[in-house]
Amino acid sequence: MDKLTFGLTMMVVGIGGTFLTLSILIWSIALLKKIFPLSAEDGSKSNRG
Amino acid sequence: MIEGILTGLLGLTEGVQILFTIAGLKQIVMLIIGGTLIFLGVKKDVEPLLLVPIGFGCVLVNIPGSELMHQGIDIGAKQVLDALGPNAPEALRALAKDDTGFLRSIYNMGIANELFPLLIFIGIGAMTDFGPLLENPKILLFGAAGQCGIFLTLLLALWLGFPHLEAVSIAVIGACDGPTAIYVASQYAPQLLGPISVAAYSYMALVPIIQPPIMKALTTDKERKTHMPTVKRTVSLNAKVMFPIIVTIVTGLIAPKGLPLMASIMLGNFMRECGAVSRLTKASENEIANIATLFLGIAIGATMAADDFLKPTTLAIFALGFVAICLDTIVGVLFGKIWYTLSGGKVNPLIGAAGISAFPMAARVVQAQGQRYDKRNFLLMHAMGANCGGQIGSVAAAAVMLSVLKGLGLI
Repeated sequence: MDKLTFGLTMMVVGIGGTFLTLSILIWSIALLKKIFPLSAEDGSKSNRG
Repeated sequence: MIEGILTGLLGLTEGVQILFTIAGLKQIVMLIIGGTLIFLGVKKDVEPLLLVPIGFGCVLVNIPGSELMHQGIDIGAKQVLDALGPNAPEALRALAKDDTGFLRSIYNMGIANELFPLLIFIGIGAMTDFGPLLENPKILLFGAAGQCGIFLTLLLALWLGFPHLEAVSIAVIGACDGPTAIYVASQYAPQLLGPISVAAYSYMALVPIIQPPIMKALTTDKERKTHMPTVKRTVSLNAKVMFPIIVTIVTGLIAPKGLPLMASIMLGNFMRECGAVSRLTKASENEIANIATLFLGIAIGATMAADDFLKPTTLAIFALGFVAICLDTIVGVLFGKIWYTLSGGKVNPLIGAAGISAFPMAARVVQAQGQRYDKRNFLLMHAMGANCGGQIGSVAAAAVMLSVLKGLGLI
């Protein structure tokens, strides 16, 4: 594979892949927030050990 | 006897003699560079935890005759020699002296097998609170935009003539993420590990100098003065505990080649958030991270031997690293401007500059720049969210790159 093709492939797939990965994570976080909503208990305790 | 004494004395002056040769001049330059790194770390507070051991390793490896990076015989070759016994050729015996230098031992112990960057990542995960990111997950997109500099720099490095894998390793400096840059370079361009590591950490330290002029040049006064609402707490502790597991699985499925990087940072964060292993969390963010940082620094410095470092390639790597971080900032701020327009002026585009991995430095730069133009503007929590996004984004970008390389059959 020549360098230009390689560079453009890496750029398109790399940027696209990074945005796709992080977009899925955004969706996953939204889902997590729905499954585990903030409760009154959360306000009074901290998990940090 | 007198002859023996004279020969012994000559042995004592061997290092000094080498200094007065052409090769010695190169080593003097490297001793000065090593000293400068130590000075920057100690006196100027430029990434001292890394630059001091790197500088010291650089000094050690460039002392003439020290042979601290000498690669001795490996175990397999030793077994062959043992099997040959007295029949082994003398030349082979001479080559197979088991005298691996102590810096080479450290290098083999944790750089050649990528262990030290991963141990540091566990510590980083244990230190990081992804709360600001979880409160406003969309801000994670800034972490993706902030990685575009990596891919644009890759094109530039290829255009300059670097081979494919070297170009990839250089471009990862744009992740603004030392351990990731070291992880990738140690696997695919170990001959460039010294300059890539020093460039990565130097530019991370220079973020407060590099970013503000770009941020000012690309934004209007009105945009810079945009206020953003206070971040309200909406994330439960259970969601924070589950977050690192979800990130590990999702990124592992999409880009398995980068899983060690993401899994390490998320393991540290999971231990932090679950609260059940506080001793391990403390060890990860203190002892383990500190020990790994010390050994990683000194081993990186040890790769800076004069013959390997003093090449035009090194200058090109430093220039490309600078371009990469500038491009990250440019694309991040431009992405912020698009978001500003689409949101009807509700998002301050300066936040885009925080979408890199230099944590929490980039977020502090955004806060300082926001307040520079409007003292009542508090952008820190939003910038922290984007900065957390940058941390995840940089690892995701590297993971995606490695997986694409594997897909193309190049690794």
